[in-house]
Amino acid sequence: MSMPYYVSPEQLMKDRADFARKGISRGRSVVVVQYADGVLFVSENPSQALHKVSEIYDRIAFAAVGRYNEFENLRIAGVRLADMRGYSYDRRDVTGRALANAYAQTLGSIFSSGGEKPYEVELFVAEVGDTPAADQVYRLTYDGQVADEHGYAVMGGAAETVTAHLREHYTEGADLPTALATAVAALGAVEGEAPDRVLPVADLEAAVLDRTRTQTRKFRRLRPEWIESALPSATPGDTPSDGSTGSIGEPEAQPPDAPVAPPIS
Amino acid sequence: MNDSRLPAAYLTPGSSSFADFLADQAPDLLPGARDLGPARPGAPSAGDLAPHGTTIVAATFPGGVVMAGDRRATMGNVIAQRDIEKVFPADEFSAVGIAGTAGLAVEMVRLYQVELEHYEKIEGSTLSMDGKANRLAALIRNNLPMAMQGLAVVPLFAGYDLAASIGRIFSYDVTGGRYEETAFHAVGSGSVFARGSLKKLYREDLGREDCVLAVVQALYDAADDDSATGGPDLTRRIFPVVHVITAEGGVRLPDAEVAEVADRMIAGRMIRPDGPAAPLDGRSYGGGAR
Repeated sequence: MSMPYYVSPEQLMKDRADFARKGISRGRSVVVVQYADGVLFVSENPSQALHKVSEIYDRIAFAAVGRYNEFENLRIAGVRLADMRGYSYDRRDVTGRALANAYAQTLGSIFSSGGEKPYEVELFVAEVGDTPAADQVYRLTYDGQVADEHGYAVMGGAAETVTAHLREHYTEGADLPTALATAVAALGAVEGEAPDRVLPVADLEAAVLDRTRTQTRKFRRLRPEWIESALPSATPGDTPSDGSTGSIGEPEAQPPDAPVAPPIS
Repeated sequence: MNDSRLPAAYLTPGSSSFADFLADQAPDLLPGARDLGPARPGAPSAGDLAPHGTTIVAATFPGGVVMAGDRRATMGNVIAQRDIEKVFPADEFSAVGIAGTAGLAVEMVRLYQVELEHYEKIEGSTLSMDGKANRLAALIRNNLPMAMQGLAVVPLFAGYDLAASIGRIFSYDVTGGRYEETAFHAVGSGSVFARGSLKKLYREDLGREDCVLAVVQALYDAADDDSATGGPDLTRRIFPVVHVITAEGGVRLPDAEVAEVADRMIAGRMIRPDGPAAPLDGRSYGGGAR
């Protein structure tokens, strides 16, 4: 048996962090934005079936970047944890903070245990409150660190560029179409002089935790047709002939909610 | 290992069923998991100690289904509760009504609601109508040992089938047998009378409002002849719980709306206490044969 080389703990952790970071930076970004009625998640995700943004519980949603199998595993564990807690106590006793804690502990112990490879994921856990001030957004990194985010937050590949765009354009208390337009523009932002990308609606995955929803389950996916109608006209220079401004109009009313939320009393 | 870390079982790929997960992780939380031990001679039967829910009726109409339940729970000759709710939304497009041991039944409905929601969140899609009905059958089947000791739960399940675009009704027996019913059905102690009433009142072409009136009439007839079924409580203004499920989803009718229907029905019963009379020859009814 050969003696392993000595590797300092600092170097070991740095290597593991570099490994995880590299995996995460390969993926596309996810943006979370607080708006007047809740929390909006937008990501560039061409897949209609493999979601990056999902419902965990009544007021709690989850978004992730990185390796799909790893964050899917964490998502299912989160749903199980929340449902178990809600079933054995009460629906109101399921909190985003507790879920974020459980994720942090899990990611942290996987990261620092020598046996497992660190998870190459970053997560958002958001909980919508009764007022904008009560909304909570937590960011969890691959090493189990938790950060409390306010206003907007970005994770994934081009996080710096997207964050820079949001820093300039984000306004507090915006309505949903405005917040969506800001988030989509930020996702399309390109570093340097090159023109920003215009993301096709089909490649967008968007969902909200909407505190105005009458159902107890506040999570709702935004359908592509609605996104299309909410976003300002996509082709620049193509001014509408009827003289109307190209600004964000009132999008057509969202039809009755998709079957994602039973009105459980 | 840190205590607040997610347990390994949570991170293990497995079933999309919450009830299965619960059976593995916390079996003591399952409604039917208690062992009552052998019945002792002379001891009171478990069934006599627990409140019982009584009559649930459901009926379909073009474009949906109505489910209603009376508000009484009984314990032997005592009225245990006069405003109990026995019809619950199972998810957005279905409702479940329960007759039998109230405590177990309410817990079972809670588990069933989580079961459907859990599947939906894990899989990203809702169960089919038959899938939902089968899951409920599995929960009832697990309760069989309790049923043998006198703590039976008999649900009635109704919902709008989005794939077939019709309202559907399923009934169950204590062994988990699942039977699809056509047009209308009732369960519970007053069900015999309610079904008899609906036989005479129900027509396939009833609209939503008339269908609600028909099930409220049926509950009145059940209460009229079954002491365990509660009629409309006029002094306390307690009226049946009525759920209507259509392609737009399920709603519980507001109390004011049910009160209005009940008041109208009672006004009719003041003139003819036995309720509306059906024509004898049956020919004056234009609907199809059943």
